[in-house]
Amino acid sequence: MDNRKIIFIGCQKAGNLYDLINKKLVDENLRQKVHLRKFYTFGLYTYKNIIKVWPDNIIITNITEDEIDTFIEEVIKNGKITKLKDKIYKKETHPLIKNTKVEFYHKQFRVVLRNSGVINPEDINEYIKRNGYKALAKILKEYTPDQVIEELKKSGLRGRGGGGFPTWMKWNCTKNVESDIKYVICNADEGDPGAYMDRSILEGDPHSVLEGMIIAGYTIGAKQGFIYVRAEYPLAIERLEKAIKQAREYGLLGENILGTDFSFDIELRLGAGAFVCGEETALIASIEGKRGMPRPRPPYPSIKGLWDKPTLINNVETFANVPVILYKGGDWYSQIGYENSKGTKVFALTGKIKNSGLVEVPMGLTLREIIFDVGGGLTGNRKFKAVQTGGPSGGVIPEEYLDTPIAYETLQNLGSIMGSGGMIVMDNEDCMIDVAKFYLQFAVDESCGKCSPCRIGGTQMLSILNKISIGHGEMEDIDKLISIGKAMQKASLCGLGQTAPNPVLSTLKYFRDEYEEHIKDKRCRAGKCRELVKYAIDPTKCIGCTLCAIRCPVNAISGERKKPHVIDQSICIKCGECYNVCKFGAVIKE
Amino acid sequence: MTHEKPHLDNVADKEITFYKAQEIPLPKELEDFIAEWKNKPGNLIMILHKVQEIYGYIPRKVAMKISKLLNEPLAKIYGVITFYHLFKLNKPGRYKISVCMGTACYLKGGNDLLMELENLLGIGVGGTTEDGLFSLQTVRCVGCCGLAPVIMINNDVYGNLTKEKLPEILGKYKQEGEE
Repeated sequence: MDNRKIIFIGCQKAGNLYDLINKKLVDENLRQKVHLRKFYTFGLYTYKNIIKVWPDNIIITNITEDEIDTFIEEVIKNGKITKLKDKIYKKETHPLIKNTKVEFYHKQFRVVLRNSGVINPEDINEYIKRNGYKALAKILKEYTPDQVIEELKKSGLRGRGGGGFPTWMKWNCTKNVESDIKYVICNADEGDPGAYMDRSILEGDPHSVLEGMIIAGYTIGAKQGFIYVRAEYPLAIERLEKAIKQAREYGLLGENILGTDFSFDIELRLGAGAFVCGEETALIASIEGKRGMPRPRPPYPSIKGLWDKPTLINNVETFANVPVILYKGGDWYSQIGYENSKGTKVFALTGKIKNSGLVEVPMGLTLREIIFDVGGGLTGNRKFKAVQTGGPSGGVIPEEYLDTPIAYETLQNLGSIMGSGGMIVMDNEDCMIDVAKFYLQFAVDESCGKCSPCRIGGTQMLSILNKISIGHGEMEDIDKLISIGKAMQKASLCGLGQTAPNPVLSTLKYFRDEYEEHIKDKRCRAGKCRELVKYAIDPTKCIGCTLCAIRCPVNAISGERKKPHVIDQSICIKCGECYNVCKFGAVIKE
Repeated sequence: MTHEKPHLDNVADKEITFYKAQEIPLPKELEDFIAEWKNKPGNLIMILHKVQEIYGYIPRKVAMKISKLLNEPLAKIYGVITFYHLFKLNKPGRYKISVCMGTACYLKGGNDLLMELENLLGIGVGGTTEDGLFSLQTVRCVGCCGLAPVIMINNDVYGNLTKEKLPEILGKYKQEGEE
């Protein structure tokens, strides 16, 4: 790379800031001196308008339009930052200190996100400069398909989409089936609420996924690949289209790749907003242009998949791991990680956490390290209650298990799953029944309706939960929830139905007392279940400012000015307005 | 929206029979797209995406014509449209309001925003206001959980919202729409 500085501009509306800086640079005749890049994910989601300067490695956050002049003056002209010093991410970071020393990045180890934020994802040359497509070139020249599989076996890579099935086994299976036509599919139908790992990879480093898919094509003997990507990710689609076009121009896709007799091409197929299409047989139906409903397995897609041909399906993150493994060797990769879960995992850390964003950590790090060291702890220093992993298919993990190392098996033993990598932190203000209801509602909405355990079981569980949350629950409802949940786990056709009860069963396992409290005492300690909350005014704290009485939509609050007010419970509709507006913390939830 | 939408309204739904469906004119962009995809297996969803991109929804008339062109029963096309959340059978408003119901937004009050929007607009989820200006929908996750709770109006993102901010935001679009 040349010596010019690279300015990455990232923010929710990057266009505006980008255009302003671009214009300014053109006006001042500085445009040729720097590279300007739009960037969408730094993984620092709590900040807006982030600019990163490379190779200085400074991150400046929350920059305003008025500060653009100062920015150009200080960063590009003088190289000395004075006025903007306060805006540098983590004040203690010195411009010369590398990423790894920044608190947020300290415990992270970037394999999958190695290029995200470093290269221009729309330029294949930058990917190539960072050892891109070298693994492919090496394999086409030196490796037989069996050697590729051997290397993957050594690496210990397992499917990152949630299941955790050993990748080499899937590849080997598909390779061993005799067929003139085979397919490779990349599952980019990321639908978990609160998870956006795949999006970040596709937007930040699309070529790594393409390279992984081409290697897969060579290994199993396929000529055609499909990327099934959510239509909700327009930028990812745009970047993938560009990447595919560039790869074709460079002879990395199409006929006779790199002068060998191996040919492979990739097409995009768009999803249309159906969560169940993340399930492999449903995804295949959707690519075939049908309603995305799963079918019983076996036969597995590796035997009979897309248009009844042997098909290899892997998730985005799995494919993005492949080039690194083959470039650096399976042995290198297997050094990272924990027991049977090798390598790293990208998590989308969200919820009541200070540094919400994408993190990539080696497996085996504990939940506590991720939440408190990488994530910086909870917002407002509130008390940690639980962390939810695996989205609607996963479960909650309470505080006493925070020191569990993260791995496929350990999370499963706790009643949750690794899943695709959503990680949502909850505090004392979150009601576990409400959380379980949220995820179950999601699964019920997304159930395709083909098999009855999922269709009927889900709806029944949801109606029981609703009953409990409005205070009409009975103790036997808990047993009902457990028995329906277990039936769904055993009898549902696909992963969606089998895992849909997990959020309910795991909250029941760890927070049974909260369920019982809802049923017996008609009380919601988090104050989330509206029907069970009672608002009252603490007379010692109320100064009689009358604000709550003015804002109350039903005039349930009365009292004289400068004297404590009272809420008339028979009128109160529990909207919570008084609780939200009181500046003195005098309104309490009971 | 910048491009003008092809006008189909002079052909009433009732008048359309399958025999007439062939005569419905399609914009060139769509015709070319269908020609390109016609012989590829699994083309239906991709074509429906294109139709929705052009019209904003999937008009029955166009679905009929596609049924003719692809030789697929209309029932199958209807089945596919209704299976996927993204495909719409009704014309959306000029400003599409999407309320994020991802986990982070839900925990931070996304539902309150939705209820307030329903009150302000007088429509439910999936509805369109009478003047055709606003339509309301919920989405799973728009991928900016750090800004929760979030709504999107067309392609503009509004983060860290409270329900007090909503009337002002809607007012801005209303003014723009009336101009």
